[in-house]
Amino acid sequence: MRFVDEFRDPGLGRALAGEILSLVEPGREYKLMEVCGGHTHSIYKYGIDDLLPENVELVHGPGCPVCVIPMGRVDDGMAIAENEEVIFTCFGDMMRVPGSEKSFQDAKAGGADIRMVYSPLDALRIAKANPDRVVVFFAIGFETTAPSTALTLKRARAEGIENFLCICNHVTIVPPLRALLESPDMRLDGFIGPGHVSAVVGARPFEFIPADYGRPLVISGFEPLDILQGIRMILAQLAEGRCEVENQYSRVVPYDGNPAALAVMSEVFELRPHFEWRGLGFISQSALRLSDAYADFDAELRYATPGVRVADPKACQCGEVLKGVIKPWECKVFGTACTPEHAIGTCMVSPEGACAAYYNYGRFAREREVV
Amino acid sequence: MSTSSDAPVSDREQRILDIIEKTRARRPKFKSPNVTMAHGAGGKATQTLIEGLLVPAFDPDEAGLAVLADSGGVKIDETGIAMTTDSFVVKPIRFPGGSIGELAVNGTVNDLAVAGAKPVAITIALILEEGLPTEVLRAEVDAIASAAVAAGVEIVAGDTKVVERGHADQMYITTTGIGAIDPRASLSPRALRPGDQVIVSGSIGEHGTAIMLAREEFELDAEIESDTQPLWEAADALLGAAGPDLRCVRDATRGGVATVLNELARASGVAIIAREGDVPVRADVRGAAEILGIDPMYVANEGRLVAFVAPESAGAALEALRSVPGSEGAAAIGEVKTEPIGMVLVETAFGGKRVMDLLAGDPLPRIC
Repeated sequence: MRFVDEFRDPGLGRALAGEILSLVEPGREYKLMEVCGGHTHSIYKYGIDDLLPENVELVHGPGCPVCVIPMGRVDDGMAIAENEEVIFTCFGDMMRVPGSEKSFQDAKAGGADIRMVYSPLDALRIAKANPDRVVVFFAIGFETTAPSTALTLKRARAEGIENFLCICNHVTIVPPLRALLESPDMRLDGFIGPGHVSAVVGARPFEFIPADYGRPLVISGFEPLDILQGIRMILAQLAEGRCEVENQYSRVVPYDGNPAALAVMSEVFELRPHFEWRGLGFISQSALRLSDAYADFDAELRYATPGVRVADPKACQCGEVLKGVIKPWECKVFGTACTPEHAIGTCMVSPEGACAAYYNYGRFAREREVV
Repeated sequence: MSTSSDAPVSDREQRILDIIEKTRARRPKFKSPNVTMAHGAGGKATQTLIEGLLVPAFDPDEAGLAVLADSGGVKIDETGIAMTTDSFVVKPIRFPGGSIGELAVNGTVNDLAVAGAKPVAITIALILEEGLPTEVLRAEVDAIASAAVAAGVEIVAGDTKVVERGHADQMYITTTGIGAIDPRASLSPRALRPGDQVIVSGSIGEHGTAIMLAREEFELDAEIESDTQPLWEAADALLGAAGPDLRCVRDATRGGVATVLNELARASGVAIIAREGDVPVRADVRGAAEILGIDPMYVANEGRLVAFVAPESAGAALEALRSVPGSEGAAAIGEVKTEPIGMVLVETAFGGKRVMDLLAGDPLPRIC
């Protein structure tokens, strides 16, 4: 495939792996966090871990928008989805995320009209085709997907579509990063910055990380060579004693982001005072709700929802796993109360989460040997 | 941290790994309050349905069904007979490269073929939705008839039922087939040995991709046709070339090649490593899968088999397969290993390694 295979060249990959090896000091441990779930997926898909020296460890960050949705929000969505007049729509990978009692997939099997969509515009199309039903879109994602929800709502308003509502769970990337960095036991040496979030917000919002916390961040693309080059750039900064925001993904990310996307977001959304993250707890000003101007599209105002916070069991230590303080198996609920079939924390929800990978692949996840 | 990868495994970690391995090895229990679409997708949920609910009821001694082969074997007066059954609910019923009628014949004859049995006869049961246009029915009946001729099987019995509008989606077909077990065949999902070679009979992922595109849920156009075809000739060629060195054959339908590899790694207590770069995938299938966020290794095929052959006969098996029309694109894609037991690994084209597990449920597209 043109424009794709170029970024997956194994020869160039080996060359970058060699450069990375020459940049690390033997005996020093490097913990780098890839913030974005998309990076985690690529790292896993291409086996990038395998190409890194043993003392460079990748820590999967809080940037999987599906995994950070807490059970209480899933329950709220469920309460709306189970209204008879509602057609409930969400992205495919949201279908399996557990609420306190069930997932949307289970609710669908129980008779709720729940449909998978690829874009909020698909949900709007369903609303137009079913004027006698109420179509609710369960909006999730970071700044990557928020603009498309905002544009869809603008279009719904322009076309006078009244049977389309939105449950807004959009979150923002900077507050959880700050929360991680604020923690006194944080053990991370650098960050692979999110590529597509940055295409919207730009590189500027990450300047506080080197400035206030002394950690380098390199915004990277999602192809395997992008990620390896991003890692190489972070390690070069550490080796040279530099600490700054750099942009590996310059073919997509402008320093100031995408002003049109930011404008539509600020028209349609406003910050929530606080929002709960699965495994991380409440983080202030970390999520978006519909602005007053768009309140008539807000499903949470139209329907009663339990709005109950379903507490993660106290023993859940996702926060510590994410900060690199403990290994998955050191968590008190790992493998007992928290399993892939009944996940408690974000690290177990996503199959690529650190805990799920460790649970599923056990010794192989540690030793990576085939004989 | 105490556990860099060269440090010894601590006692506590060892204990937790043991608990997990024991839990995973246990027969799954079916705990779901309802059947969900995931139970039909061929991944972990399907496995739980079969092993947790059906096997305990139908085969408590785990002698027949529990082997989980594509066909069951029975002996009648010392003649080995293979028998299998399959239902077809594909939507849309016509798609590029085939239709539900053709699929219903090929699906069942292929389950016989990969069990080393020459398909002999099938039965057809039709469940029709009230209001189905006769021309649609006639077209499928014709498709069934010509597929049966092409596969060399007789249609010896049948049944029809009509259900009210809305109680079925146009038409469903169930076929049951019997075949004569070939004397050269000694196939078993438990027969894999380290060193065995893994061969696929052609490019993968075409049927599932053709169906996804034919549903027109995505604004994607590509001329991808289903690979549906009968596989007895291919199985016959493999038996001729490898004889007793042919350990096991599977058709890579629901859940794709990845699911076949996982089921057999578990059944035989071995590891399998697949080489991603050697797996034949057409460029347009790769492109569609890339856009949809789906791995072709998990996409259904209807005319592709996966064969496991002892290393001494692997070359001959591959050559024989390539001489069969429809299987010219056969390729060796991997090898059976000793450890980690029950796991499938992929050597990625980029040069890394990863685990290729059973899917948890439907292959759901990712947003990120």
